[in-house]
Amino acid sequence: MTVIRLRGVVVVLGRYPALAGADLDVEARQTVLVQGPNGAGKSTLLRLCAGLHPLRAGTAEVLGCDLGAERPAVRGRVGLLGHDTALYDDLTVTENLELWARAARLPVAEVPEALDRLGLESRLRSVPVGRLSAGQRRRTALAAIALRRPELWLLDEPHAGLDRPARRIVDELIVEAAASGATVVLSSHEPGRAAGLAARTVTMTGGTVTADAA
Amino acid sequence: MSDPEAKKPTTGSLTTRWLGLAVLAGTAAVALLGLLAAPADDVQLDAVRIIFVHVPVAIGAYVAFGLTAVGSLMWLWRRSAWWDVTAHAAAEIGVLLCGLTLATGMLWGRPTWGTYWEWGDVRLVTTLILFLIMVGYLSVRSLGGDEAASTRAAVVGLVGAVNLPIVNQSVNWWSDRTLHQQSSLTDGKLENLTLFTVFLAIVVTVLAGLWMMIHRFRIGWLERELRAADLDAAIEARRSEAAAAADLDADPEIAAPEAARNRP
Amino acid sequence: MRPDPAPDPGRPTPAPPAAGPAARPSPAAASRVLETWRDAALVADKDLRVEWRSRATLGQVVPFAGLVLILFGFALDAHRPTLRLAAPGLFWLTALFVTVVAAQRSTAAEAADSSRRMLLLAGVHPGAVFAGKAAAVAVQILAVELVMVAGVLVFYGVRIESIPLIAATCLAATAGLAAAGSLLAALVAGSRARETILPVLLMPVAAPVLIAAARAFDAALGSAAVNGWRWLGLLAVFSVVNVMLGVGAYGPLAEEV
Repeated sequence: MTVIRLRGVVVVLGRYPALAGADLDVEARQTVLVQGPNGAGKSTLLRLCAGLHPLRAGTAEVLGCDLGAERPAVRGRVGLLGHDTALYDDLTVTENLELWARAARLPVAEVPEALDRLGLESRLRSVPVGRLSAGQRRRTALAAIALRRPELWLLDEPHAGLDRPARRIVDELIVEAAASGATVVLSSHEPGRAAGLAARTVTMTGGTVTADAA
Repeated sequence: MSDPEAKKPTTGSLTTRWLGLAVLAGTAAVALLGLLAAPADDVQLDAVRIIFVHVPVAIGAYVAFGLTAVGSLMWLWRRSAWWDVTAHAAAEIGVLLCGLTLATGMLWGRPTWGTYWEWGDVRLVTTLILFLIMVGYLSVRSLGGDEAASTRAAVVGLVGAVNLPIVNQSVNWWSDRTLHQQSSLTDGKLENLTLFTVFLAIVVTVLAGLWMMIHRFRIGWLERELRAADLDAAIEARRSEAAAAADLDADPEIAAPEAARNRP
Repeated sequence: MRPDPAPDPGRPTPAPPAAGPAARPSPAAASRVLETWRDAALVADKDLRVEWRSRATLGQVVPFAGLVLILFGFALDAHRPTLRLAAPGLFWLTALFVTVVAAQRSTAAEAADSSRRMLLLAGVHPGAVFAGKAAAVAVQILAVELVMVAGVLVFYGVRIESIPLIAATCLAATAGLAAAGSLLAALVAGSRARETILPVLLMPVAAPVLIAAARAFDAALGSAAVNGWRWLGLLAVFSVVNVMLGVGAYGPLAEEV
């Protein structure tokens, strides 16, 4: 099954064409690394696949849903780790995850366990997210995705700002997700760091996919 | 007619030129009839002549606002670019007509009611609120952001349109002492010539509004096309950036300045 | 649609992240309404908790409202009969200022770090987000109004003749103000000129509240002999209409990023 199918996708942010005709196919259970220089459109590609951007041109299908017409349906089924972590600064780590769990109809009882998995010690859990370090924020956001166990993981620079132990935790999480049958698309502008995780590497330049190596 | 500038896009056409001429002629006719031929009123004397401006622009203002409301709805519902441009054009012309309505109303109120502004008058107060809503609509339009601005402005248009009847009703109850004359047009007290002039003025104003609408719409449409062309060029530039990078296996940092813009 | 053909890993057993029940179950129409209410309550609870934690309403907005009421006293030369006569209008003008501040704060919380994406990605209907945020704003305005009622009693020397009418007016008018305020604040959120544009947009639309709620207060405070309950009906219409507008229009606005 094809999980992501993009054909000539153009996404415009303001007046800037972040994606300028991107084509991409990702099959189920694949783990794909998207690499490329800053500004190549990697983040936009991932957000697009999460149903957050309208298409200006082209066609896109994610998890069998047409992104032209069914963006809300896609949003409810993927796990997106964006550049910005989509957490509420004024709520604590636990409150953020409980809100997420209730809103997304996930079991609230599993929140502590998800935080355990990401190595967020209990002393951090009652701290407002706004006071966390960048790495701790990303781990909180990843815990939210782990809680959802989505069919499609979209991870934008999952290793950014993480120290070595945290990076290992995240790597394990990705490997486990892939092993359990999920599709994973992750981006990195430092390919070396994430290359071990993915069997396939896609290169983006200038808002398009320019190379694809299995 | 070998105009060297012929290729330059213009908002004029044969239709608008004839329309413009008709408006000019009509305005002259209304001025002659209204200022000279139509008789002064028994009570209001010459002040009654403002009716030839006030009533037409008031009707025009409300028609324009209606167009903005419909256009807003069609943009939100169907994403119709045509209606979006129409809504914007109508709002600008509507603010002009609405302002004229208020100004002429106040000028007439001074000799007739003895005051420029009368809070107890439903139509006056409602029209003022309408004016403020449309000013708000235009300020949201000016925020920028292309499609986002269209959506925001459309919501403002819709909120205004839905709330205006409530405003009207609240002012209506508030002032059970309305000063505004009941519609002069239908109470049968106006002279035939006066009545004719009023209707002629309405027709002329509608034509003038149409003339402005066509020009303003075409400006809006050209702006859209210009933006679309700019965007196409930007997409092309972005693609060739990709091609160049593929050829040279370029240093990743070349594209770095783009990063700052690659955020919503 | 699930890539994993194996049966659900099972909820009770803690499992490693597997491709599990990622999508919200799509319930039948009847329970979908219930779900929407639940989501709205979730959002309202979140907003109120954040607000309570920062104590901004108590610490800044209440003093602001009190200050405005006192400044009106100076402006009208502390003339008690005038103040008593003007009290309903001054009260609701102050409430309108409070609405602008509260709605502004409520949207600012959502704009930081794109946090509103959490609700979007969770699959919460934008209408529910709107209803929750508007409800939280309404609760804050009501709290401030409670203090303001005490304020006009003390400083303007008014007497309350009908407590039910006061309470009903506050509820109906505040629902409408919060709805219109939340929608318009969301609309200008993210633009640089939001502080100035929100009042420009909200004030004309809120004119019926100023007129109707002030007249209802006239009746409730005995400053003029009017039928306050008739005005209450108008306020109710205003509120219902603006809540519906917000629920309908919040979606298209949420998509524009």
